[in-house]
Amino acid sequence: MKFWKYFGKRALTWLLTIWIGVTFIFFIPRMFPSDPVETMIGQITARSGSMDPTALEAMRHSLRVQFGLEGSLLQQYGSYLWKGLLHFDFGPSLMSYPTPAGEIVGTYMPYTVGLCTVSTILAWIIGNAIGLLAGFRKDKKISKILEGIAIVIYPIPYYIVALVFQIVFAFILGWFPITTTINNMAGFGTWLASLLRASVLPMLSMLLVSTGWWIISMKSLSSNVAEEDFVQYARYRGLSEGKIGRSYVLKNTILTQITALALSLGGVFNGSIMTEVIFGYPGVGKLIQKAITMSDYNMILATITISIIAISTMTFIVDLILPLFDPRIRYA
Amino acid sequence: MKFAKFWKNSNARVHVGFVITCIFIIIGFVVFYFPHINPFTFNSYANNLNPSPQHWLGTTAMGQDVVWLLIEAIHNSLCIGVTVAFLGTVVGVFVGLLAGFSGGALDRVLSTITDTFIVIPSLPILILMTALMKGTMTWFVMALVLAMFAWAWPSRQIRSMALSMRERDFIRTAEFSGENRVQIIATEVLPYVLSWSLSNFMNAVLNAIASESSLAVLGLSPANLVSLGNMINWAMAKNAIFQKRYFWIFAPIGATIIMFVGLFLLITGYNDYLQARRGR
Repeated sequence: MKFWKYFGKRALTWLLTIWIGVTFIFFIPRMFPSDPVETMIGQITARSGSMDPTALEAMRHSLRVQFGLEGSLLQQYGSYLWKGLLHFDFGPSLMSYPTPAGEIVGTYMPYTVGLCTVSTILAWIIGNAIGLLAGFRKDKKISKILEGIAIVIYPIPYYIVALVFQIVFAFILGWFPITTTINNMAGFGTWLASLLRASVLPMLSMLLVSTGWWIISMKSLSSNVAEEDFVQYARYRGLSEGKIGRSYVLKNTILTQITALALSLGGVFNGSIMTEVIFGYPGVGKLIQKAITMSDYNMILATITISIIAISTMTFIVDLILPLFDPRIRYA
Repeated sequence: MKFAKFWKNSNARVHVGFVITCIFIIIGFVVFYFPHINPFTFNSYANNLNPSPQHWLGTTAMGQDVVWLLIEAIHNSLCIGVTVAFLGTVVGVFVGLLAGFSGGALDRVLSTITDTFIVIPSLPILILMTALMKGTMTWFVMALVLAMFAWAWPSRQIRSMALSMRERDFIRTAEFSGENRVQIIATEVLPYVLSWSLSNFMNAVLNAIASESSLAVLGLSPANLVSLGNMINWAMAKNAIFQKRYFWIFAPIGATIIMFVGLFLLITGYNDYLQARRGR
């Protein structure tokens, strides 16, 4: 029953991560002196001149209710956990009033999840394949060249790569449109075509950076394993290099890489926020940027809460993949 | 002495990284103090000049000299990076050692919090905090905010180091000879941990600069702070690309890329050196 023990431990970590993260973002805004309601009232009175004091008071009250700022801190916390965490209800969005903020996040989220998932999986497979070759056959010239490229590209932040891609391929060469437009009015075919066209540059730029890391880490792991005695022994037994690579080196390195995959998701998500902002890709990053410029706090809170839940859940799912590859967790 | 050994045992890649890092440190902390007019001031020079002997990288659309703007940006970005890395490393080492050596319930609580901070996507939370502080932010507050996410990774690594060290003979010997915990950690464990912390420190500098510039691109870095990210942000906002002012936009981008690659080469080289010294 080792698997269930493992499962229980991971599930607990999953719930704790969400709880700590969400508690954190609940209390941070309340520790700052700035009050979103007063800021909004300030903006409104500045725009419309003086207002009737009773009307102002009524407005202040209704805004406090909508922002979830009524009642004691503990009541607010309780209702935030109950409404936000269990029902994805964060109150209305202010920039597209009265649509609920949670609903808007729901329409943006699939794009981000798609971008992150596809680029992460592709980067993981390509990077580990190259890294395995580079580490296992480290005397080959091509291995050294590939590793060299990876080392130069990996440390560059996501948004810098995105920016360079945009400047070079969209502005200077003009191969791609400068801003993303996804056409969802003219049927599925047009939508898919425009989505694919818009995704090429964001996808490539994210792929480039994350592949670098997998090449570097897999290379150092597999070159260590390739020097172990059992690999040498397999050679003496006359096994083919391909067989040794697959069943000896790969099997002993893949577990570390799956664990690392789970830990890397947060970073990938950060990268995707920036990539989306640069390319104007209609995902969560773009939404956060819009919400910041419009000072839409309900929306910012909704986006961040749902992001934390999404990332923790993805990490949990990757953790659950691990037993498929690790017999020590499955049996015994 | 130690440095000579490090230099001799490392390859060309590490040498390149070291030289690049030194150049950036000299630009940020020596050249920066050469007398010059405040590069942030608008209309110090004519607008949109091309590169010339007076202005090596030309001037911006606001009449600022790109070279001095870049030097100040490198200075500020390095200051933020070093401050964040210092705070993150100190807290991380402390929490990691505490968790690793205390064990029991305290360890479990600390490790859970640490793991949470590693998994949680940091950027959205940073966005929330900086959005709330918009307008009242200084570079030091920015560094404090970034440091909140810089301690978790070192803490996790130090904890697992501490766990394995706890069982080593020399720690046992020290314990049996009556030294107290704090003394043991200070004299026996810390020197061992610090050599690893240097590599983590450099990594944290990179992460902090990257996070600050990410926030700057979103317009959330202090508006009057000349940093690499803000410089890119301003160039983008003033349509430097449309007007084909490539020196203005590519100067901060290029500087960021060269700095990051250089520091990373140094880090990997230093890690290899540490590994070789441990006899692996």
